[in-house]
Amino acid sequence: MSLADRYPKEVGDILAKYPAEHKRSAVMPLLYLAQRDEGYITKEAMKDIAQLLDLSVTDVGGVIGFYTLFHDKQEGKYRMQVCTDLPCALRGAEAFLTALCDNLGVRVGETTADGLITVEAVACLAACDKAPMFQLQSRDDIEYHENMTVDRTLELVQTLKRARKEAA
Amino acid sequence: MPHVVLRHRDVPGIDRLEIYRQHGGFDALMKAVTTLKPSELTEMVKTSGLRGRGGAGFPTGTKWSFIDNKSWPHYVVANADESEPGTFKDREIMESNPFQFLEGVALASYAVGANAAYVYLRGEFWRIAGLLDRRIAEMEAAGYLGNRVCGTDYGLMIYTHLGAGAYICGEETAMLESIEGKRGQPRIRPPFPAVHGLYGKPTVVNNVETLANLPPIVTHGADWYKQMGTPDSAGVKVFSLSGRVRKPGNYEMPFGSTFRELIYEHGGGVLDGRPVRAIMPAGASSSFIIVDDKVLDMPMDYASVRTLGADLGSASVIVIDDTVSLDWVVQKTLHFFSHESCGKCTPCREGTYWMRHLIDRLREGGASEADAMLLLNVAKQMQNKCLCPLGEFSTLAVVTAIERFPQDFGVQMGAGS
Repeated sequence: MSLADRYPKEVGDILAKYPAEHKRSAVMPLLYLAQRDEGYITKEAMKDIAQLLDLSVTDVGGVIGFYTLFHDKQEGKYRMQVCTDLPCALRGAEAFLTALCDNLGVRVGETTADGLITVEAVACLAACDKAPMFQLQSRDDIEYHENMTVDRTLELVQTLKRARKEAA
Repeated sequence: MPHVVLRHRDVPGIDRLEIYRQHGGFDALMKAVTTLKPSELTEMVKTSGLRGRGGAGFPTGTKWSFIDNKSWPHYVVANADESEPGTFKDREIMESNPFQFLEGVALASYAVGANAAYVYLRGEFWRIAGLLDRRIAEMEAAGYLGNRVCGTDYGLMIYTHLGAGAYICGEETAMLESIEGKRGQPRIRPPFPAVHGLYGKPTVVNNVETLANLPPIVTHGADWYKQMGTPDSAGVKVFSLSGRVRKPGNYEMPFGSTFRELIYEHGGGVLDGRPVRAIMPAGASSSFIIVDDKVLDMPMDYASVRTLGADLGSASVIVIDDTVSLDWVVQKTLHFFSHESCGKCTPCREGTYWMRHLIDRLREGGASEADAMLLLNVAKQMQNKCLCPLGEFSTLAVVTAIERFPQDFGVQMGAGS
């Protein structure tokens, strides 16, 4: 089933935001919509979007590649994106990230063995007064976690683990 | 003094339409669309002295007056991309005082004759976009948006558009490319957006904080606004304070307040009681200010900060104490800029790449004084050659750190060399 078949209302609402003769504008919101199913954008979804907007698949791929929140391959169910930019680093973000990785048994950029969490270091998230902090990107949400400690982060990981088990 | 922009700190619940209305909400929009011509509104904002809060400090009313009235339709784009390391004010405004911001979008749109406005939020502000969508729907239901704004013939729709993680999209022409569904790479200017903007049509791009200042200006008048701040920099500013201070956060103060007031009265002073060594007044895109007692008592306005060899920019004040070495700070900023360079123009793409490699080598200890001088040289070679401000910004910290704190780079440098 194509993206438009699966999400007719969402696709219609997105297209209505932009002038009909400039429907290419809908590419980013449609990519977010496509990411909702698998947590990343599949080849099929890219083709669907290209067709919907009269674009080439290469055009769509170029947009995916340019922006860091679009993903074209499967990683962990959640992406834990820790800000290590200057203001956060001045308040201990790098030590936080190192300790977190040690506890989860991964290096930055890697996914936990159970496929639940990918830990990433990212650029400024506009939460410089609440470091250490990270955002949790899932297939259809981005949630901020601020003024964090390693202990509280590990508790959050346990909660996510339980939630996945219960959903299964 | 009550807050002008961060009004939610005085009025709990102002993010609810009813409460906002009880506290004068939408009076400004009603007054503008029923009693003022668009040109009169533009004049009022010019007279108020309001300057753009995104960093450039360009007079807002003047920017509006550049809009090309021979070409239609017109668009307004609210810049909510807020991605400068050290800046976190627009987020608080949109989360906690959303109607004042959206009323500002409506006022700017009326002034330039736009019937559609887009709020471009960085992708990480996913939840704020959802919140704004609900607020926009409430405003429409209450008659403040839609085909007949406040019962007049003026029609306006506001839409949110989410970015997806690219600092460069805060640059206004890159933002327009991004809304058009392309890679967010800056356009060559001129033509400027006021003539050739979104979809090739005249467009005004204003920062969130700039827009949030508009309702109080219209309600209380340009003269009321102008008596706050300094002659050069009218009104109030939300200062984002971060780094090595006890109480980082957003603090709204009139322009002309001192660094000391911000850091010591609001920020509670430096962690562990250390002295302030350096300040970056405009986030990662700053020159470093060497701090002494005299600097701490300098007023923070556009003109005064310039006399210190820096720009106030978005007023994102990052405090650096004497436990921090500037070569480490420069490594942080260069990793940021080389990651965020969009790759379109060569000086920035190559320059940020090589600067990052040089600072990494310096930090790893395998470099000589000549490498530090080479880093300085690359930075200076980039200046005035980049397509957009990002490349230029990446050089400011490098040049001023090496020149003003040469000892942190193992460089012996005489004054003025």
